[in-house]
Amino acid sequence: MSDVFHALAAPARRAILDELHERDGQTLYELCTRLTMKHDLEMSRQAISQHLDVLEAAGLITTRRDGRYKFHYLDTGPLRAIVERWRVPDPEE
Amino acid sequence: MRIILTSVYVDDQEKALAFYTDVLGFVKKEDVPMGEHRWLTLVSPHDPDGTRLLLEPEGHPAARPFKEALAGDGVPFTMFGVEDAQAEYQRLKGLGVEFTQPPVEMGPVIMAVFDDTCGNLIQIAERTDL
Repeated sequence: MSDVFHALAAPARRAILDELHERDGQTLYELCTRLTMKHDLEMSRQAISQHLDVLEAAGLITTRRDGRYKFHYLDTGPLRAIVERWRVPDPEE
Repeated sequence: MRIILTSVYVDDQEKALAFYTDVLGFVKKEDVPMGEHRWLTLVSPHDPDGTRLLLEPEGHPAARPFKEALAGDGVPFTMFGVEDAQAEYQRLKGLGVEFTQPPVEMGPVIMAVFDDTCGNLIQIAERTDL
């Protein structure tokens, strides 16, 4: 659980999740281009790669190889635990 | 000084010629036998005297690992300009071309990335601010 909070703490990592939410299944190149062109984040490919490792360790993204290519996918599963932890009963229920 | 030629390393010149002409629509400019390979260049039909594209045999042992590493991360080897990225994407998809990135708007450019079947990823780009 603390991995998830740590992973979400960095703005760059939240930007990565935003971009994967917009279009799931991206190559490292597409993510790098999006972060540079849309978020003005001046980061090296290595830095972005490290952010992806942190997100993957927290279970927030998964990677899949398709032939010669590697794609990154968003997994919001770990976020459910956060909602459950501080769940407020819906007044309608 | 001018940029007169650019090249892509291809695994098979004949296969590359077919893809780059029949599918992408470039036209052959030079085809000169050179030992076991050919000096094989193409131009765009929109710019027959423009920059040539050399379909270069990947003879050097470093070429293949280099190409594999780029492709693994989805990095295109070079870029071609198109008038309408979405239309070109649909046209190429219809011809069976595989894309690792559909057209995505990034600032003043719409970019997509496809597999040239010869070991490279190629980016097409449309400028929207011109």
